[in-house]
Amino acid sequence: MTPKIQLIGVKKRFGSKVVLDGVDLTIEPRSSLVIIGGSGTGKSVTIKSILGIIRPDEGTILVDGEDITHIKGAARDRVMKKFGMLFQGAALFDSIPVWENVAFGLIQGRGMKRSQARDIAMQKLAKVGLTADVGELFPVELSGGMQKRVGLARAIAADPEIIFFDEPTTGLDPIMADVINDLIASTVKDVGATALSITHDMASARKISDRIAMLYGGKIIWQGPTADIDKSGNPYVDQFINGRAEGPIKMAVKA
Amino acid sequence: MNPFALIGRSTMNLLAHIGRLSVFTGTALAAIVAPPIYWKMIGQQIMRIGYFSLPVVGLTAFFTGGALALQIFLGGNRFGTEAVVPQIVVLGITRELGPVIAGLMVAGRVAAAIAAEIGTMKVTEQIDALTTLATNPIKYLVVPRLIAAVLCMPILVAIADSIGVFGGYVVATQSMGFSGGTYLKNTVDFATQADIVSGLIKAGVFGFIIALMGCYHGFNSRGGAQGVGSATTSAVVSSSILILAANYLLTSLLFSQ
Ligand SMILES: Nc1ncnc2c1ncn2[C@@H]1O[C@H](COP(=O)(O)OP(=O)(O)O)[C@@H](O)[C@H]1O
Ligand SMILES: [Mg+2]
Repeated sequence: MTPKIQLIGVKKRFGSKVVLDGVDLTIEPRSSLVIIGGSGTGKSVTIKSILGIIRPDEGTILVDGEDITHIKGAARDRVMKKFGMLFQGAALFDSIPVWENVAFGLIQGRGMKRSQARDIAMQKLAKVGLTADVGELFPVELSGGMQKRVGLARAIAADPEIIFFDEPTTGLDPIMADVINDLIASTVKDVGATALSITHDMASARKISDRIAMLYGGKIIWQGPTADIDKSGNPYVDQFINGRAEGPIKMAVKA
Repeated sequence: MNPFALIGRSTMNLLAHIGRLSVFTGTALAAIVAPPIYWKMIGQQIMRIGYFSLPVVGLTAFFTGGALALQIFLGGNRFGTEAVVPQIVVLGITRELGPVIAGLMVAGRVAAAIAAEIGTMKVTEQIDALTTLATNPIKYLVVPRLIAAVLCMPILVAIADSIGVFGGYVVATQSMGFSGGTYLKNTVDFATQADIVSGLIKAGVFGFIIALMGCYHGFNSRGGAQGVGSATTSAVVSSSILILAANYLLTSLLFSQ
């Protein structure tokens, strides 16, 4: 079976700072992979490289077996339609109401009629537990947890084949975080999508993934089924999932 | 610090900026002709760039025309001022002051607003979000602003020209005791189509500079509120300087026979 997404030797540096140093990663169709790793290890850069928001310096990125590393213009727009993304800060458009945010990809990206897109937007909002009157509000009027839900509704609005979640629970209280985790797990299952999430929240990682990969030093240093994470035998993984200051991972106290 | 290293680094920085700006401009121009065209966004920007700039541009043009008339009257006492004042006012306003003053005022208002808005969208990942929703940010954000600014500036300047001449008229008739009819006749007889058209061409170019600088600095802003703040400043400063430089260039191009 062709992997849904494949990264081969992806490298990226900013100036003299090497962020990705040869990332190899394979994501099977309909699986849910979580990348864990400390802040600033390049998790977001990895996702943005797949989305073409950041151009990798080296390496190849395949989606459904198609090399998308260098595609541009209309060809990229076509591939982008396979993706949905929930951003770390939700990244809602603050100049338009909530329902238009959710319907944005349908109206602008796919040229759907506004009335029809609005109906779909309202359905998706209901799916993430928001009522129709929230659809009329503007993003600034929402709490952080509600913004994340709207971001989730927007990500799934066009029934994407692949959904990315960038730190979906960061900055939320533990209960809201768990609500979001449940939503992610159920929507991914409902839509039948392939999911790639990044997080440093281990509770979230365990709940939403069936595989986990750890990014450290610009490389994937371990990956395996979620059930095996506690017996990885990898000292880096052990230190990370147990949140210990002592271990092979040295944190720079001063950046 | 080694002065040569400093000069070298600044030169490299400048060249990098010019390179990035050229690429940005090329991408934006290519995007103007490629579908889809976001009509609604263009309309919205025409309101924000054109319509809402009217009061600022009108007021500054009025006072500039008035001050110009007063200067010529006071300085040119010895000549036949009744004819000279309206002629110099209309020439100065249509050729130079109308487009330049309107350009600088709109640069302050609009380049800043564009840079702040796009800069905020950049640092809050809204621009990245556009990409993931199969919408090209250059087409959706930059093209409508460029089109609106290039369309609106000539109209704003045409209005500024009229109000500037009117400012001169008010000062001349009210405080210099000129006859209104003669003033208008002198104005209309003296002004040529070329004077007015040259000013409107300048206006279009200034509109392009304003929108381009706002968008470019917005797109290149980094790191939170402070980054957006400095993008806003850079947009106003660079568009003002470029407007004055382009004005000189266009004057020498348009009026050298
Ligand atoms: N556009 C960019 N320009 C320069 N440096 C960047 C850019 N994006 C990310 N970085 C740097 O790359 C590193 C990894 O960032 P990121 O992927 O966001 O980390 P995280 O794993 O927390 O998501 C950070 O040090 C960050 O400063
Ligand atoms: Mg991140």
